[in-house]
Amino acid sequence: MHPWIGAGHDDRRNILNELGLDTVDALFSSIPAEVCVDLLDLANSQDEETVRRAMADMAGSNVNMGSRPCFLGAGVYRHIQPSVVDAVLSRAEFFTSYTPYQPEISQGTLQVIFEFQTLMCQLTGCDVSNASLYDGATSMVEAVLFSHRVLKGKRSRVVIAESVHPMYRQVLETYTGAIGLETVVVPPGDDGRMDPQRLADAAGNEACCVVVQSPSFLGTIEDLPAIAEATHDTGALAVQVVCEAVSMGLLAGGGHFGFDVVCGEAQSFGVSAGFGGPHLGFFACRDKLVRQMPGRLVGETVDEAGDRAFCLTLSTREQHIRRAKATSNICTNQGLIALAATVWLELLGGSGLRDLARSCLSRSEAVKRRIGGGWRLAYESSPTFNEFLLVGPVSGPEAIRQVAAQGVLAGVPSHTWGGSWPDGVLVAVTETNSVDDIDALIEALGRVS
Amino acid sequence: MSVPANLFYARSHEWARTEGDVVVVGISHYAQDQLGEVVYVELPDAGTGVDAGEELGTLESVKAVAEFVAPVAGEVMEVNERLADEPNLVNEDPYGEGWLVKISGSVEGDDLLGAEAYEHFLQEESH
Repeated sequence: MHPWIGAGHDDRRNILNELGLDTVDALFSSIPAEVCVDLLDLANSQDEETVRRAMADMAGSNVNMGSRPCFLGAGVYRHIQPSVVDAVLSRAEFFTSYTPYQPEISQGTLQVIFEFQTLMCQLTGCDVSNASLYDGATSMVEAVLFSHRVLKGKRSRVVIAESVHPMYRQVLETYTGAIGLETVVVPPGDDGRMDPQRLADAAGNEACCVVVQSPSFLGTIEDLPAIAEATHDTGALAVQVVCEAVSMGLLAGGGHFGFDVVCGEAQSFGVSAGFGGPHLGFFACRDKLVRQMPGRLVGETVDEAGDRAFCLTLSTREQHIRRAKATSNICTNQGLIALAATVWLELLGGSGLRDLARSCLSRSEAVKRRIGGGWRLAYESSPTFNEFLLVGPVSGPEAIRQVAAQGVLAGVPSHTWGGSWPDGVLVAVTETNSVDDIDALIEALGRVS
Repeated sequence: MSVPANLFYARSHEWARTEGDVVVVGISHYAQDQLGEVVYVELPDAGTGVDAGEELGTLESVKAVAEFVAPVAGEVMEVNERLADEPNLVNEDPYGEGWLVKISGSVEGDDLLGAEAYEHFLQEESH
Protein backbone atom coordinates (compact mmCIF):
# COMPACT_ATOMS: atom_id res chain seq x y z
CA MET A 1 0.00 0.00 0.00
CA HIS A 2 1.12 3.50 -0.77
CA PRO A 3 1.65 5.53 2.42
CA TRP A 4 -0.54 8.47 1.49
CA ILE A 5 -2.75 7.42 -1.40
CA GLY A 6 -6.07 5.98 -0.20
CA ALA A 7 -6.71 2.25 -0.28
CA GLY A 8 -8.03 0.99 -3.63
CA HIS A 9 -10.40 -1.90 -4.23
CA ASP A 10 -7.65 -4.53 -4.23
CA ASP A 11 -6.06 -3.06 -1.13
CA ARG A 12 -9.35 -3.31 0.74
CA ARG A 13 -9.81 -6.87 -0.42
CA ASN A 14 -6.33 -7.73 0.84
CA ILE A 15 -6.88 -6.06 4.21
CA LEU A 16 -10.19 -7.87 4.70
CA ASN A 17 -8.65 -11.20 3.69
CA GLU A 18 -5.82 -10.65 6.11
CA LEU A 19 -8.33 -9.93 8.88
CA GLY A 20 -10.58 -12.79 7.91
CA LEU A 21 -13.56 -10.51 7.28
CA ASP A 22 -16.02 -10.41 4.39
CA THR A 23 -17.07 -6.76 4.30
CA VAL A 24 -15.89 -3.32 5.38
CA ASP A 25 -19.02 -3.08 7.54
CA ALA A 26 -17.84 -6.15 9.44
CA LEU A 27 -14.61 -4.28 10.19
CA PHE A 28 -16.61 -1.59 11.98
CA SER A 29 -19.07 -3.94 13.69
CA SER A 30 -17.79 -2.93 17.14
CA ILE A 31 -19.41 0.51 16.78
CA PRO A 32 -22.79 0.30 18.56
CA ALA A 33 -25.63 0.28 16.05
CA GLU A 34 -27.53 2.99 17.92
CA VAL A 35 -24.85 5.59 17.24
CA CYS A 36 -24.60 4.78 13.52
CA VAL A 37 -26.51 6.86 11.00
CA ASP A 38 -28.38 4.60 8.64
CA LEU A 39 -30.43 7.24 6.88
CA LEU A 40 -28.04 8.52 4.25
CA ASP A 41 -29.90 7.87 1.06
CA LEU A 42 -26.84 8.17 -1.17
CA ALA A 43 -25.99 6.01 -4.14
CA ASN A 44 -22.41 4.75 -4.44
CA SER A 45 -19.93 6.42 -6.79
CA GLN A 46 -21.53 9.79 -7.32
CA ASP A 47 -19.61 12.92 -8.22
CA GLU A 48 -18.67 15.44 -5.59
CA GLU A 49 -21.13 18.14 -6.62
CA THR A 50 -24.08 15.74 -6.56
CA VAL A 51 -23.17 14.47 -3.11
CA ARG A 52 -22.70 17.99 -1.82
CA ARG A 53 -26.13 19.03 -3.06
CA ALA A 54 -27.79 15.95 -1.58
CA MET A 55 -26.14 16.59 1.77
CA ALA A 56 -27.17 20.26 1.69
CA ASP A 57 -30.78 19.21 1.07
CA MET A 58 -30.63 16.88 4.06
CA ALA A 59 -29.01 19.56 6.22
CA GLY A 60 -31.84 21.90 5.25
CA SER A 61 -34.24 19.82 7.30
CA ASN A 62 -32.25 20.60 10.48
CA VAL A 63 -33.66 23.20 12.81
CA ASN A 64 -30.95 25.50 14.08
CA MET A 65 -31.11 27.65 17.17
CA GLY A 66 -31.28 30.90 15.24
CA SER A 67 -34.06 29.88 12.87
CA ARG A 68 -36.97 30.08 15.29
CA PRO A 69 -37.78 31.24 18.82
CA CYS A 70 -35.29 29.29 20.91
CA PHE A 71 -35.17 28.88 24.69
CA LEU A 72 -32.62 26.07 24.85
CA GLY A 73 -30.02 26.27 27.60
CA ALA A 74 -29.04 23.64 30.16
CA GLY A 75 -25.35 24.34 29.84
CA VAL A 76 -25.11 25.93 26.39
CA TYR A 77 -26.46 29.41 25.80
CA ARG A 78 -27.14 31.51 22.75
CA HIS A 79 -25.87 35.08 22.98
CA ILE A 80 -25.10 37.82 20.49
CA GLN A 81 -22.15 37.10 18.22
CA PRO A 82 -20.76 40.35 16.84
CA SER A 83 -18.94 39.90 13.50
CA VAL A 84 -15.79 41.46 14.86
CA VAL A 85 -15.17 38.37 17.00
CA ASP A 86 -14.82 36.09 13.98
CA ALA A 87 -12.87 38.77 12.11
CA VAL A 88 -10.19 38.86 14.81
CA LEU A 89 -10.32 35.10 15.26
CA SER A 90 -9.69 34.52 11.56
CA ARG A 91 -6.46 36.50 11.47
CA ALA A 92 -3.73 34.12 10.38
CA GLU A 93 -1.44 35.18 13.24
CA PHE A 94 -3.96 33.76 15.70
CA PHE A 95 -5.72 31.12 13.67
CA THR A 96 -2.70 29.10 12.64
CA SER A 97 -0.89 29.07 15.94
CA TYR A 98 -0.95 26.10 18.22
CA THR A 99 0.19 26.31 21.85
CA PRO A 100 3.55 27.99 21.36
CA TYR A 101 6.49 25.75 22.17
CA GLN A 102 8.84 28.69 22.18
CA PRO A 103 6.19 30.72 23.93
CA GLU A 104 7.94 34.02 24.56
CA ILE A 105 8.38 34.61 20.85
CA SER A 106 4.57 34.69 20.50
CA GLN A 107 3.94 37.87 22.45
CA GLY A 108 0.55 38.46 20.79
CA THR A 109 -0.75 35.05 21.81
CA LEU A 110 0.57 35.47 25.36
CA GLN A 111 -0.96 38.94 25.64
CA VAL A 112 -4.40 37.60 24.67
CA ILE A 113 -4.12 34.84 27.27
CA PHE A 114 -2.97 37.34 29.89
CA GLU A 115 -5.99 39.51 29.13
CA PHE A 116 -8.29 36.47 29.26
CA GLN A 117 -6.87 35.56 32.68
CA THR A 118 -7.34 39.14 33.88
CA LEU A 119 -10.96 39.18 32.73
CA MET A 120 -11.72 35.85 34.40
CA CYS A 121 -10.21 37.08 37.68
CA GLN A 122 -12.35 40.21 37.54
CA LEU A 123 -15.49 38.17 36.89
CA THR A 124 -14.92 35.33 39.34
CA GLY A 125 -13.50 37.43 42.16
CA CYS A 126 -10.51 35.06 42.34
CA ASP A 127 -6.83 36.07 42.47
CA VAL A 128 -5.51 33.96 39.62
CA SER A 129 -6.94 32.33 36.51
CA ASN A 130 -5.27 29.86 34.18
CA ALA A 131 -5.06 30.19 30.41
CA SER A 132 -8.29 28.09 30.01
CA LEU A 133 -9.11 24.40 29.81
CA TYR A 134 -11.09 22.30 27.36
CA ASP A 135 -14.61 22.79 28.66
CA GLY A 136 -16.73 23.29 31.74
CA ALA A 137 -16.89 19.61 32.67
CA THR A 138 -13.14 19.05 32.53
CA SER A 139 -12.47 22.29 34.39
CA MET A 140 -14.75 21.09 37.20
CA VAL A 141 -12.98 17.74 37.34
CA GLU A 142 -9.65 19.58 37.48
CA ALA A 143 -11.04 21.58 40.43
CA VAL A 144 -11.80 18.35 42.26
CA LEU A 145 -8.36 16.88 41.56
CA PHE A 146 -6.85 20.22 42.58
CA SER A 147 -8.67 20.11 45.93
CA HIS A 148 -7.46 16.58 46.50
CA ARG A 149 -3.86 17.73 45.89
CA VAL A 150 -4.18 20.86 48.03
CA LEU A 151 -5.22 18.69 50.98
CA LYS A 152 -2.27 16.42 50.21
CA GLY A 153 -4.35 13.47 49.11
CA LYS A 154 -5.56 12.85 52.65
CA ARG A 155 -9.26 13.40 51.97
CA SER A 156 -10.80 11.21 49.33
CA ARG A 157 -14.46 12.20 49.43
CA VAL A 158 -16.01 14.58 46.92
CA VAL A 159 -19.33 16.18 47.85
CA ILE A 160 -21.22 17.49 44.85
CA ALA A 161 -24.64 19.07 44.49
CA GLU A 162 -27.02 17.08 42.34
CA SER A 163 -27.91 20.40 40.72
CA VAL A 164 -24.47 20.55 39.11
CA HIS A 165 -24.94 19.81 35.40
CA PRO A 166 -25.54 16.03 35.16
CA MET A 167 -23.11 15.67 32.26
CA TYR A 168 -20.40 17.33 34.35
CA ARG A 169 -21.09 14.81 37.09
CA GLN A 170 -20.78 12.00 34.54
CA VAL A 171 -17.33 13.26 33.54
CA LEU A 172 -16.42 13.48 37.22
CA GLU A 173 -17.45 9.83 37.75
CA THR A 174 -15.17 8.81 34.89
CA TYR A 175 -12.22 10.23 36.79
CA THR A 176 -13.10 9.49 40.39
CA GLY A 177 -13.90 5.87 39.63
CA ALA A 178 -10.43 5.49 38.20
CA ILE A 179 -8.46 7.15 40.99
CA GLY A 180 -10.35 5.93 44.04
CA LEU A 181 -12.22 9.08 45.08
CA GLU A 182 -15.67 8.62 46.58
CA THR A 183 -18.44 10.85 45.23
CA VAL A 184 -21.39 11.85 47.43
CA VAL A 185 -24.25 13.52 45.56
CA VAL A 186 -26.50 15.77 47.66
CA PRO A 187 -29.95 16.59 46.23
CA PRO A 188 -31.34 20.13 46.32
CA GLY A 189 -34.13 21.05 48.72
CA ASP A 190 -37.77 21.67 47.81
CA ASP A 191 -36.85 25.19 46.77
CA GLY A 192 -34.37 23.89 44.18
CA ARG A 193 -31.44 25.24 46.18
CA MET A 194 -28.70 23.57 48.17
CA ASP A 195 -28.86 23.51 51.96
CA PRO A 196 -25.37 24.54 53.19
CA GLN A 197 -25.68 22.43 56.34
CA ARG A 198 -26.68 19.34 54.37
CA LEU A 199 -23.60 19.77 52.18
CA ALA A 200 -21.41 20.16 55.25
CA ASP A 201 -22.94 17.07 56.87
CA ALA A 202 -22.19 15.04 53.76
CA ALA A 203 -18.62 16.35 53.81
CA GLY A 204 -17.98 15.44 57.45
CA ASN A 205 -14.26 15.75 57.96
CA GLU A 206 -13.42 13.50 55.03
CA ALA A 207 -14.21 15.60 51.95
CA CYS A 208 -11.56 17.43 49.94
CA CYS A 209 -14.15 19.68 48.35
CA VAL A 210 -17.80 20.64 48.11
CA VAL A 211 -18.91 21.46 44.57
CA VAL A 212 -21.99 23.53 43.76
CA GLN A 213 -23.19 25.15 40.58
CA SER A 214 -24.65 28.64 40.68
CA PRO A 215 -26.80 29.45 38.85
CA SER A 216 -27.58 25.76 39.17
CA PHE A 217 -28.70 23.29 36.52
CA LEU A 218 -32.23 24.18 37.69
CA GLY A 219 -31.51 27.87 37.23
CA THR A 220 -31.59 28.70 40.94
CA ILE A 221 -29.01 30.98 42.53
CA GLU A 222 -27.25 29.44 45.51
CA ASP A 223 -26.44 31.11 48.84
CA LEU A 224 -22.71 31.21 48.13
CA PRO A 225 -21.51 32.93 51.34
CA ALA A 226 -23.33 30.38 53.54
CA ILE A 227 -22.08 27.45 51.46
CA ALA A 228 -18.48 28.71 51.57
CA GLU A 229 -18.65 29.09 55.34
CA ALA A 230 -20.28 25.72 56.01
CA THR A 231 -17.79 24.03 53.67
CA HIS A 232 -14.74 25.65 55.25
CA ASP A 233 -15.95 24.60 58.70
CA THR A 234 -15.45 21.00 57.54
CA GLY A 235 -11.93 21.72 56.28
CA ALA A 236 -12.90 21.13 52.65
CA LEU A 237 -12.37 23.48 49.72
CA ALA A 238 -15.39 25.25 48.22
CA VAL A 239 -15.77 24.98 44.44
CA GLN A 240 -18.27 26.98 42.40
CA VAL A 241 -19.18 25.83 38.90
CA VAL A 242 -20.65 28.34 36.46
CA CYS A 243 -22.27 27.11 33.24
CA GLU A 244 -23.90 30.37 32.17
CA ALA A 245 -20.91 32.70 32.30
CA VAL A 246 -22.95 35.78 31.40
CA SER A 247 -24.53 35.52 34.87
CA MET A 248 -21.22 36.84 36.23
CA GLY A 249 -22.08 40.17 34.61
CA LEU A 250 -24.61 40.67 37.42
CA LEU A 251 -23.86 38.08 40.09
CA ALA A 252 -20.59 38.42 41.98
CA GLY A 253 -18.39 35.35 41.49
CA GLY A 254 -17.73 32.96 44.34
CA GLY A 255 -14.22 34.33 44.82
CA HIS A 256 -15.81 37.33 46.52
CA PHE A 257 -17.47 35.01 49.05
CA GLY A 258 -14.47 32.91 49.96
CA PHE A 259 -14.80 30.16 47.35
CA ASP A 260 -11.42 28.57 46.73
CA VAL A 261 -12.12 27.75 43.09
CA VAL A 262 -14.52 29.21 40.56
CA CYS A 263 -14.57 27.22 37.34
CA GLY A 264 -16.85 26.25 34.52
CA GLU A 265 -17.87 27.00 30.99
CA ALA A 266 -17.34 30.33 29.22
CA GLN A 267 -19.08 29.36 25.95
CA SER A 268 -21.59 32.11 26.65
CA PHE A 269 -18.95 34.71 25.83
CA GLY A 270 -19.58 34.83 22.10
CA VAL A 271 -18.82 31.20 21.28
CA SER A 272 -21.20 29.24 19.05
CA ALA A 273 -23.22 26.42 20.53
CA GLY A 274 -21.74 24.32 17.72
CA PHE A 275 -22.62 20.70 18.30
CA GLY A 276 -21.55 20.93 21.91
CA GLY A 277 -18.05 22.21 21.23
CA PRO A 278 -15.39 23.34 20.99
CA HIS A 279 -16.25 25.30 24.10
CA LEU A 280 -14.16 26.99 26.74
CA GLY A 281 -13.32 25.83 30.24
CA PHE A 282 -12.08 28.35 32.77
CA PHE A 283 -10.43 27.86 36.16
CA ALA A 284 -9.67 30.52 38.76
CA CYS A 285 -8.53 30.14 42.36
CA ARG A 286 -6.96 31.81 45.34
CA ASP A 287 -3.40 33.09 44.96
CA LYS A 288 -2.12 30.92 47.77
CA LEU A 289 -3.08 27.72 45.94
CA VAL A 290 -1.60 28.65 42.56
CA ARG A 291 1.12 26.00 42.64
CA GLN A 292 -1.49 23.27 42.54
CA MET A 293 -3.37 24.91 39.68
CA PRO A 294 -3.70 22.89 36.47
CA GLY A 295 -2.93 24.22 33.02
CA ARG A 296 -0.91 27.04 31.54
CA LEU A 297 -0.43 30.38 33.17
CA VAL A 298 0.81 33.58 31.53
CA GLY A 299 2.53 36.25 33.58
CA GLU A 300 3.59 39.80 32.98
CA THR A 301 7.26 40.75 33.11
CA VAL A 302 9.76 43.12 31.49
CA ASP A 303 12.14 42.27 28.66
CA GLU A 304 15.84 43.15 28.63
CA ALA A 305 15.03 46.62 27.30
CA GLY A 306 12.75 47.17 30.29
CA ASP A 307 9.55 47.04 28.23
CA ARG A 308 6.38 45.23 29.25
CA ALA A 309 6.39 41.64 28.07
CA PHE A 310 4.59 38.35 28.74
CA CYS A 311 5.94 34.95 29.65
CA LEU A 312 4.74 31.53 30.71
CA THR A 313 4.79 31.44 34.50
CA LEU A 314 5.15 28.58 36.99
CA SER A 315 5.78 26.09 34.18
CA THR A 316 7.37 23.75 36.66
CA ARG A 317 3.83 22.57 37.52
CA GLU A 318 3.43 21.31 34.00
CA GLN A 319 4.00 18.02 32.23
CA HIS A 320 6.93 18.99 30.03
CA ILE A 321 8.98 19.70 33.17
CA ARG A 322 7.29 17.82 35.97
CA ARG A 323 6.41 14.66 34.06
CA ALA A 324 4.22 12.25 36.02
CA LYS A 325 4.01 14.63 38.98
CA ALA A 326 2.56 17.52 36.97
CA THR A 327 -0.60 19.11 38.39
CA SER A 328 -2.59 18.00 35.35
CA ASN A 329 -2.30 15.92 32.21
CA ILE A 330 -3.59 18.94 30.34
CA CYS A 331 -0.61 20.90 29.04
CA THR A 332 -2.42 23.01 26.51
CA ASN A 333 -5.28 25.46 26.58
CA GLN A 334 -8.28 26.36 24.45
CA GLY A 335 -6.38 29.25 22.87
CA LEU A 336 -8.53 30.18 19.93
CA ILE A 337 -11.79 29.99 21.86
CA ALA A 338 -10.27 31.95 24.73
CA LEU A 339 -9.37 34.58 22.15
CA ALA A 340 -13.00 34.69 20.98
CA ALA A 341 -14.23 35.13 24.55
CA THR A 342 -11.61 37.81 25.22
CA VAL A 343 -12.55 39.82 22.13
CA TRP A 344 -16.24 39.44 22.98
CA LEU A 345 -15.77 40.62 26.57
CA GLU A 346 -13.49 43.50 25.61
CA LEU A 347 -15.95 44.59 22.95
CA LEU A 348 -18.75 44.75 25.51
CA GLY A 349 -16.69 46.12 28.37
CA GLY A 350 -17.76 45.96 31.99
CA SER A 351 -20.86 48.09 31.64
CA GLY A 352 -21.79 46.37 28.38
CA LEU A 353 -21.64 42.94 30.00
CA ARG A 354 -23.70 44.20 32.92
CA ASP A 355 -26.33 45.61 30.54
CA LEU A 356 -26.40 42.37 28.58
CA ALA A 357 -26.80 40.31 31.76
CA ARG A 358 -29.54 42.64 32.95
CA SER A 359 -31.32 42.20 29.64
CA CYS A 360 -31.23 38.41 30.12
CA LEU A 361 -32.58 38.75 33.64
CA SER A 362 -35.40 41.12 32.77
CA ARG A 363 -36.53 39.04 29.77
CA SER A 364 -36.42 35.92 31.90
CA GLU A 365 -38.48 37.60 34.62
CA ALA A 366 -40.95 38.76 31.95
CA VAL A 367 -41.47 35.14 30.85
CA LYS A 368 -41.84 33.99 34.45
CA ARG A 369 -44.52 36.63 35.12
CA ARG A 370 -46.57 35.54 32.12
CA ILE A 371 -46.59 31.82 32.90
CA GLY A 372 -50.13 30.52 33.36
CA GLY A 373 -52.70 28.07 32.01
CA GLY A 374 -51.65 24.85 33.70
CA TRP A 375 -47.99 25.85 33.89
CA ARG A 376 -46.14 26.88 37.03
CA LEU A 377 -42.63 27.60 38.22
CA ALA A 378 -41.15 24.60 40.03
CA TYR A 379 -39.37 26.93 42.47
CA GLU A 380 -41.55 30.02 42.75
CA SER A 381 -39.71 31.63 45.65
CA SER A 382 -36.13 30.96 44.57
CA PRO A 383 -34.11 33.60 42.73
CA THR A 384 -32.95 32.76 39.22
CA PHE A 385 -30.84 34.49 36.59
CA ASN A 386 -31.99 33.58 33.07
CA GLU A 387 -33.13 29.99 33.38
CA PHE A 388 -35.87 28.28 35.35
CA LEU A 389 -37.79 25.03 35.60
CA LEU A 390 -41.38 24.98 34.41
CA VAL A 391 -43.80 22.24 35.31
CA GLY A 392 -46.89 21.82 33.15
CA PRO A 393 -49.90 19.70 32.35
CA VAL A 394 -47.81 17.07 30.53
CA SER A 395 -44.31 15.59 30.84
CA GLY A 396 -41.27 17.64 29.80
CA PRO A 397 -40.53 15.75 26.56
CA GLU A 398 -44.21 15.79 25.55
CA ALA A 399 -44.50 19.52 26.21
CA ILE A 400 -41.39 20.21 24.16
CA ARG A 401 -42.75 18.10 21.30
CA GLN A 402 -46.06 19.98 21.29
CA VAL A 403 -44.39 23.38 21.49
CA ALA A 404 -41.90 22.45 18.74
CA ALA A 405 -44.83 21.52 16.51
CA GLN A 406 -45.87 25.16 16.88
CA GLY A 407 -42.45 26.36 15.72
CA VAL A 408 -40.92 27.16 19.11
CA LEU A 409 -37.98 25.47 20.87
CA ALA A 410 -39.21 25.67 24.46
CA GLY A 411 -36.15 24.33 26.28
CA VAL A 412 -34.60 21.13 27.54
CA PRO A 413 -36.54 18.36 29.37
CA SER A 414 -35.41 18.47 32.99
CA HIS A 415 -35.21 14.67 33.19
CA THR A 416 -32.95 14.27 30.15
CA TRP A 417 -30.21 12.91 32.41
CA GLY A 418 -32.46 11.86 35.29
CA GLY A 419 -32.71 13.85 38.52
CA SER A 420 -34.68 14.06 41.78
CA TRP A 421 -36.37 17.29 40.65
CA PRO A 422 -39.80 17.58 38.98
CA ASP A 423 -40.24 16.49 35.36
CA GLY A 424 -40.65 19.65 33.34
CA VAL A 425 -38.95 22.04 30.96
CA LEU A 426 -35.80 24.04 31.64
CA VAL A 427 -36.36 27.36 29.88
CA ALA A 428 -33.40 29.68 29.19
CA VAL A 429 -33.98 33.27 28.12
CA THR A 430 -31.24 35.49 26.70
CA GLU A 431 -30.93 38.90 25.06
CA THR A 432 -31.33 37.14 21.70
CA ASN A 433 -34.98 36.38 22.52
CA SER A 434 -37.20 39.12 21.11
CA VAL A 435 -40.56 40.18 22.49
CA ASP A 436 -42.10 38.24 19.58
CA ASP A 437 -40.18 35.13 20.62
CA ILE A 438 -41.51 35.45 24.15
CA ASP A 439 -45.09 35.96 22.88
CA ALA A 440 -44.71 32.87 20.71
CA LEU A 441 -43.44 30.79 23.65
CA ILE A 442 -46.25 31.87 25.97
CA GLU A 443 -48.89 31.21 23.32
CA ALA A 444 -47.44 27.82 22.41
CA LEU A 445 -47.18 26.75 26.07
CA GLY A 446 -50.80 27.80 26.54
CA ARG A 447 -51.91 25.33 23.87
CA VAL A 448 -50.14 22.37 25.45
CA SER A 449 -52.57 19.82 26.78
CA MET B 1 31.47 20.77 46.83
CA SER B 2 31.26 21.17 50.55
CA VAL B 3 30.51 17.97 52.51
CA PRO B 4 30.74 18.69 56.25
CA ALA B 5 32.17 15.77 58.23
CA ASN B 6 29.67 15.95 61.10
CA LEU B 7 26.60 15.13 59.00
CA PHE B 8 24.97 12.01 57.61
CA TYR B 9 23.80 11.85 54.00
CA ALA B 10 21.12 10.04 52.02
CA ARG B 11 21.78 8.82 48.49
CA SER B 12 18.94 11.15 47.44
CA HIS B 13 21.16 14.04 48.67
CA GLU B 14 19.46 15.05 51.91
CA TRP B 15 21.65 15.56 54.97
CA ALA B 16 20.70 14.79 58.58
CA ARG B 17 22.14 15.86 61.91
CA THR B 18 21.00 14.88 65.40
CA GLU B 19 20.31 17.91 67.56
CA GLY B 20 19.01 16.95 71.02
CA ASP B 21 15.98 14.72 70.45
CA VAL B 22 15.35 15.79 66.84
CA VAL B 23 17.03 15.27 63.49
CA VAL B 24 17.60 18.41 61.42
CA VAL B 25 17.22 17.77 57.68
CA GLY B 26 18.36 19.76 54.65
CA ILE B 27 19.74 19.15 51.18
CA SER B 28 23.43 18.96 50.36
CA HIS B 29 25.55 21.59 48.71
CA TYR B 30 25.74 19.31 45.69
CA ALA B 31 21.94 19.03 45.52
CA GLN B 32 21.31 22.77 45.66
CA ASP B 33 24.00 23.30 43.02
CA GLN B 34 22.33 20.78 40.68
CA LEU B 35 18.93 22.33 41.27
CA GLY B 36 19.94 25.94 40.66
CA GLU B 37 18.32 28.97 42.25
CA VAL B 38 15.49 27.74 44.49
CA VAL B 39 12.37 29.90 44.17
CA TYR B 40 9.84 27.96 46.19
CA VAL B 41 9.91 25.33 48.91
CA GLU B 42 6.86 23.27 49.74
CA LEU B 43 7.15 21.89 53.26
CA PRO B 44 5.01 19.32 55.12
CA ASP B 45 2.78 20.26 58.06
CA ALA B 46 4.26 19.86 61.51
CA GLY B 47 2.85 16.71 63.06
CA THR B 48 3.06 14.66 59.87
CA GLY B 49 4.40 11.16 60.46
CA VAL B 50 6.92 9.91 57.89
CA ASP B 51 8.84 6.78 57.04
CA ALA B 52 12.45 6.92 55.93
CA GLY B 53 12.49 7.54 52.18
CA GLU B 54 8.97 8.99 52.13
CA GLU B 55 8.42 12.20 50.18
CA LEU B 56 8.39 15.24 52.48
CA GLY B 57 7.99 18.15 50.10
CA THR B 58 9.26 19.80 46.98
CA LEU B 59 11.96 22.24 46.01
CA GLU B 60 11.23 24.34 42.98
CA SER B 61 14.02 26.09 41.14
CA VAL B 62 13.90 28.27 38.06
CA LYS B 63 14.51 25.23 35.90
CA ALA B 64 13.19 22.18 37.74
CA VAL B 65 11.17 20.77 40.60
CA ALA B 66 12.56 18.07 42.85
CA GLU B 67 11.02 16.14 45.71
CA PHE B 68 12.96 15.70 48.92
CA VAL B 69 12.45 12.72 51.19
CA ALA B 70 12.77 12.01 54.89
CA PRO B 71 16.22 10.51 55.57
CA VAL B 72 14.91 9.08 58.85
CA ALA B 73 11.52 7.92 60.12
CA GLY B 74 9.67 9.98 62.71
CA GLU B 75 7.29 12.85 63.16
CA VAL B 76 7.82 16.29 61.62
CA MET B 77 8.33 18.51 64.66
CA GLU B 78 9.16 21.80 63.00
CA VAL B 79 9.55 23.25 59.51
CA ASN B 80 11.75 26.16 58.44
CA GLU B 81 9.17 28.95 58.10
CA ARG B 82 11.79 31.40 56.83
CA LEU B 83 11.92 29.53 53.53
CA ALA B 84 8.47 30.84 52.59
CA ASP B 85 9.94 34.28 52.04
CA GLU B 86 13.60 33.38 51.58
CA PRO B 87 13.73 30.13 49.60
CA ASN B 88 17.23 30.99 48.37
CA LEU B 89 18.57 30.25 51.88
CA VAL B 90 18.67 26.67 50.56
CA ASN B 91 21.30 27.82 48.05
CA GLU B 92 23.16 30.30 50.22
CA ASP B 93 23.47 28.23 53.37
CA PRO B 94 22.34 24.64 52.69
CA TYR B 95 23.86 23.27 55.92
CA GLY B 96 22.75 26.15 58.15
CA GLU B 97 19.90 28.64 57.70
CA GLY B 98 18.65 26.68 54.68
CA TRP B 99 17.57 23.63 56.72
CA LEU B 100 14.16 22.21 55.77
CA VAL B 101 12.54 20.24 58.60
CA LYS B 102 13.16 18.79 62.02
CA ILE B 103 12.05 15.19 62.56
CA SER B 104 11.71 13.43 65.92
CA GLY B 105 14.22 10.68 66.65
CA SER B 106 17.87 10.24 65.81
CA VAL B 107 20.02 9.04 62.91
CA GLU B 108 21.22 5.95 64.75
CA GLY B 109 20.91 2.75 62.76
CA ASP B 110 19.60 4.37 59.61
CA ASP B 111 20.85 3.56 56.17
CA LEU B 112 22.73 6.83 55.74
CA LEU B 113 26.23 7.60 54.52
CA GLY B 114 29.01 9.27 56.46
CA ALA B 115 30.72 12.28 54.89
CA GLU B 116 33.54 10.25 53.38
CA ALA B 117 31.17 7.66 51.91
CA TYR B 118 28.92 10.41 50.53
CA GLU B 119 31.88 12.11 48.85
CA HIS B 120 32.79 8.82 47.32
CA PHE B 121 29.16 8.37 46.21
CA LEU B 122 29.21 11.81 44.55
CA GLN B 123 32.39 10.95 42.70
CA GLU B 124 30.83 7.75 41.42
CA GLU B 125 27.67 9.57 40.38
CA SER B 126 29.61 12.08 38.33
CA HIS B 127 31.30 9.34 36.30
